Amino acid sequence: MKKPLLHVLLPAAAGVAFLAVWQGAHLSLSEDSRFLLPSPGGVWQAMLDHRESLIRATLNTAEGALAGFGLAVVVSTVISVLLSLSPWVRRAFYPYLMALQMTPLPVLAPICVIWVGAGLKSVALLTFVISFFPLVVNTTQGLISTDRHLVELFQLYGARPWQNLVLLRIPAALPYFFTGLRIAATIAPIGAVVADMNAGTSAGDGGGLGFRAVIFASQAKYAALFATAVTTCVLGFLLNALVLLIAWISLHHWHDSYERTDR
Amino acid sequence: MSAPNLVEFRDVAKCFGDGPAVLSGVNLSARPGDLVALIGPSGCGKSTLLRLVAGLSPLSGGELIVDGRSPGEAAGELAFVFQEANLLPWLTVAQNVEVPLRLRGAPAAERARARERVLELVRLAERADAYPRQLSGGQKMRVSLARALSVSPRILLLDEPFGALDEMTREHLNEELLGIREATGWTAFFVTHSVAEAVFLSSRIVVMAANPGRVHAEINVPLAYPRTAETRVSREYLDLVAQVSRVLRSVEDATGPAAP
Repeated sequence: MKKPLLHVLLPAAAGVAFLAVWQGAHLSLSEDSRFLLPSPGGVWQAMLDHRESLIRATLNTAEGALAGFGLAVVVSTVISVLLSLSPWVRRAFYPYLMALQMTPLPVLAPICVIWVGAGLKSVALLTFVISFFPLVVNTTQGLISTDRHLVELFQLYGARPWQNLVLLRIPAALPYFFTGLRIAATIAPIGAVVADMNAGTSAGDGGGLGFRAVIFASQAKYAALFATAVTTCVLGFLLNALVLLIAWISLHHWHDSYERTDR
Repeated sequence: MSAPNLVEFRDVAKCFGDGPAVLSGVNLSARPGDLVALIGPSGCGKSTLLRLVAGLSPLSGGELIVDGRSPGEAAGELAFVFQEANLLPWLTVAQNVEVPLRLRGAPAAERARARERVLELVRLAERADAYPRQLSGGQKMRVSLARALSVSPRILLLDEPFGALDEMTREHLNEELLGIREATGWTAFFVTHSVAEAVFLSSRIVVMAANPGRVHAEINVPLAYPRTAETRVSREYLDLVAQVSRVLRSVEDATGPAAP
């Protein structure tokens, strides 16, 4: 009973301490430069003041992030299966997958805008690009790392290629896939926000969090800018929590990483 | 001597790529019901020999006949128990045991019958829903054995299956294995490093020599089945252990090819 309580109390205490330091830093600034670091209360107030636009922006960004993230999961899984077929395929295509990752989003953003127009589609597409790489690298690695002895077991009992894939290689690759998924879930919201700053639009529903940040900054609404940052953070946490939950559901029965060490 | 050989090696050779011969001039046979132990220094090709029978690896020379056919064609008649339990960690015990039949496309009802039968044989019916990580080393090995038995093999290949277990567990499993053999009846090749295990289990012991791997001597084990814990303290058993140990020692000491 003691431990779970501690698990909640410790981060809560750290959070309170953090807010106190923040408040202290805010108060330590001279009266006329306090706008540079709004107080926690000020940020909270800004959040309430702008809640409608922030909620709408969050939903827009979440939509773009989830669409791009989801697309990346599907496409990377298919590509990983193809890449896992032979080392030659991997050798041929890996450099180009790398190249995709090496190109910064702000450079890709205008290209996306030309292709699919500014707004949700571009945000989704750019999130897809940034989420894709960690997924494909990890999943491919997982698919080619199947225990040799298990492969022989399947060979011995005359497994067909699809049985090898579905009953052996894909389940064996799951822990790797989830490693990629956790990295992707961390960068997808960031990607979506950066994409929104570069390829977002206020047309229609007023854009996402990135677009909001650009607007608030240009209007010198610093407390609102901080509120946007906090909101972005919360969105990222939620996506990560979702992924951790799915990973737990899929792996905790059998994978060593979920082994309880205290028994 | 009238029964035809179920497995027959005729002058079998094996090398990997351009490497040196792993096996050379191997002549060996097993009749139905034989339990042949393979023992010898490391690098003598014992495990390779099993893999040839299983069709996991092709011959480089000679002829190998399994149930009147080539090893690949006879794959349906045999099962393999590996050094490691090799269970799929994401499947329960029951699901693991069903893997071979599932791969062969057996209907669910048949799989369930086989699963119940073999889990009963290895006394793990009550652990059917456990995951491998919840089992002890000995239990994992019994699941592995159950999985092999699920296809009702006529030929069972065991590659040092109990090598990683402590001696008590190992002796228990040896007794269990013989008990299961009484009930199911298969022909087996059993690779081991343990002379005691070889004598206790087998009807015949093949002592192999290395560089290249070849048959050095064949020793009959005339101890009557069923063998029990009592067998381990009998005079004949201890004499055989001593005899096999001497032969094995002479192989390990020999630097060049051993005299026939």
